[in-house]
Amino acid sequence: MTFALVFLAIIMATVIGWLLRQSLNTQPWDAKDPLENQPGRGVINADPAKVGLIAFIAVVTSLFALFLSAYLMRMQLGDWRPLAEPDLLWLNTAILVLASVAFQVTRGAASRDQPLTLKVGLVVGGVCTTLFLLGQLAAWQQLHASGYFMTGNPANAFFYLLTALHGLHLLGGMWVWGRTTMRLLTGADAQSVRLSVELCTVYWHYLLLVWIGLFALLLST
Amino acid sequence: MAYVAIADRDHELEHHDPTTFITKYIWSQDHKVIAIQYSITALFVGFVALVLSGMMRLQLGFPDSFSFITPVSYYQFITMHGMIMVIFLLTALFLGGFGNYLIPLMIGSRDMVFPYMNMVSFWVYLVSVIVLLSSFFVPGGPTGAGWTLYPPQAILPGTPGTDWGIILMLVSLALFIVAFTMGGLNYVTTILQARTRGMTMMRLPLSLWGIFMATILGLLAFPALFVSAVMMTLDKAIGTSFFMPAVISMGEQLDHAGGSPILFQHLFWFFGHPEVYIVALPGFGLVSDLLSTHARKSIFGYRMMVWAILAIGGLSFVVWAHHMYVSGMNPYFGFFFATTTLIIAVPTAIKVYNWVLTLWQGDIHLTVPMLFAIGFIFTFTHGGLTGIFLGNVVVDLPLSDTYFVVAHFHMVMGVSPIMVVFGAIYHWYPKITGRMFNETLGKWHFWLTFFGTYAIYLPMHYLGFLGVPRRYFSMGDTEFMPESAFVLNQSITISALFVGVVQLLFLYNIIVSLKKGKEAGPNPWKATTLEWQTPDTPPKHGNWGHELPVVYRWAYDYSVPGYHDDFIPQNVPPNPDIPAHDDGTHHS
Repeated sequence: MTFALVFLAIIMATVIGWLLRQSLNTQPWDAKDPLENQPGRGVINADPAKVGLIAFIAVVTSLFALFLSAYLMRMQLGDWRPLAEPDLLWLNTAILVLASVAFQVTRGAASRDQPLTLKVGLVVGGVCTTLFLLGQLAAWQQLHASGYFMTGNPANAFFYLLTALHGLHLLGGMWVWGRTTMRLLTGADAQSVRLSVELCTVYWHYLLLVWIGLFALLLST
Repeated sequence: MAYVAIADRDHELEHHDPTTFITKYIWSQDHKVIAIQYSITALFVGFVALVLSGMMRLQLGFPDSFSFITPVSYYQFITMHGMIMVIFLLTALFLGGFGNYLIPLMIGSRDMVFPYMNMVSFWVYLVSVIVLLSSFFVPGGPTGAGWTLYPPQAILPGTPGTDWGIILMLVSLALFIVAFTMGGLNYVTTILQARTRGMTMMRLPLSLWGIFMATILGLLAFPALFVSAVMMTLDKAIGTSFFMPAVISMGEQLDHAGGSPILFQHLFWFFGHPEVYIVALPGFGLVSDLLSTHARKSIFGYRMMVWAILAIGGLSFVVWAHHMYVSGMNPYFGFFFATTTLIIAVPTAIKVYNWVLTLWQGDIHLTVPMLFAIGFIFTFTHGGLTGIFLGNVVVDLPLSDTYFVVAHFHMVMGVSPIMVVFGAIYHWYPKITGRMFNETLGKWHFWLTFFGTYAIYLPMHYLGFLGVPRRYFSMGDTEFMPESAFVLNQSITISALFVGVVQLLFLYNIIVSLKKGKEAGPNPWKATTLEWQTPDTPPKHGNWGHELPVVYRWAYDYSVPGYHDDFIPQNVPPNPDIPAHDDGTHHS
């Protein structure tokens, strides 16, 4: 559980540290005109959707950290036989990096109000992500064909489970991507989808990081 | 983006302005309606769990007298009772119910920041409850694995409900977690981003601090339950061996091999212990506001109360293995977890002292909410103290599998939060419905419940010391148990059934008062917090009419010397006629 504990300690330390800062040097019992106070003390200077996404990312981090903790604990038992990860995963990783780059470009285009780059970037990002997901399915098939069944060994089971979990989170992102792209293609202007694009970009970068972490762990064990 | 702009986003509210019956009461995005939907569902399922506990008690008090209670059904009752009470009643009611109702009103917002997601959260919760209850009607019935669902027995033949019950339980938990996450993201973001002008974090009522921290704990801890539920489902459904060791079951060697049941226990309790505080922290918060309001006195040590909530939240993640002493562990780990468990008692004790000091020299009004709040201090202190016994390895080992533990966790996590639930429902009922409840019936409800629960749980401690084992369907003829233990069990059962029936007073009161209660007016308790200052009672959609309230002071300006009333609402501007608080005599 050390792995999960470290992650949670970081998250909790951040949260509690931030909250403590709100409480220091305050005399809550003093009545004051709010204009005399620092305006919005304790409000994060961001759209609520962004704060919501960051909170969601913390939850997903906790989920993956716990799965990885389980992975590391289960690995120490005698019956663990590591599986040979298919080379295809390297290609998939490259495609996911491309998706992330495309989203980054899209984000820039949205803030600079460049509708064409925005549309192209968004479509490329979505296509790359779809390719990545198909690539993951192909990797599953390769493993299955080589006899690495889910019930064969806990290492196999964890491989399928973790990749499926990561894929499902990407699919969730694709739903938001789909809605944003539809809005854009049906005539919405760049300004109105800017927030969605920004949120997608952050989420994709995050899931890329998660994948790189997972992939590194799978390769090294 | 400045915070005022977020709080003032009137135009966004129009998106879900209800126009039809269905959008107003069924597919509603209004936080108040969602709160009531959550509360009614949670209370309904809680009553189901209460009936189940009555059936268990019938068997324990009068063994083998009732043909409809078999060993199989007994274990099913025990499992469903525990899971429903902890997750589907208390967690859902405190956060989905009180959280939804109070957060936007107390921070001076018009609604949650993501109203649509809030609505979906309730409907997914409802589906999770339906899935859970449907397990009563599938072949084999619900799971009887105990609420901790320990493998390998949870999914092996011989345990009740291993056909469908366990799968439905795991699916239901996974759905609940999805629902909770949607709600939780809303609560956290709303408290952070949608507070009205002047409502700094340190002017939040303690109710919201409790709900806020509990939500953060839930968001980070529920994934552990999710992880274990997913892995156990795979072990059961397709035969993986995450948790399942090599097992010979019914004379047959199963396909599982090498898995670790202890891994499950770690994951389960990594969620399970913070869960205690997910239930306790909102209770701590709500009870602080109840005590302060009905004692007409500012809460003692507000900042210390906030810091204690933060400290408990942080520490709650490093005590989980004290539930696993009997599973065996390295003695140094046992020492570590015993130490952290005792440390967490420090901020908790600070809270108890502060509640008592809030009452000290207060103008105590023994209203129904106040009675329940004071009842909470008793039951919580009682349950907390036995927790210190059990936090020590050497004391826990002999007591862990006895009724002492049942008594402990029911006092600390059953009776105390329920005291707060009742107190809080009575307290906010006039705001939610616009009517007062029947005070006399409420008082009867309190006294009968309070003494009744003591009659149930106090003797259980003695049964525990005698060594009477928990989880047993029937004690049989055992030499170490004297005749008096059986008589005590009968007495406990009669008390339990009595307390169960007494809850009908509560139901009757809140239902009949909806029509027959006298008009409550906007602020019957003369409370300071914003929800009592709404232009309408019950508050209408959007809560505040045209203008959001502006906050000038904290939530605890009670009995301020020199002021004509004994309370000053949070939205009353500073007045030169009111003496400043820096004289050190009243609020320091």
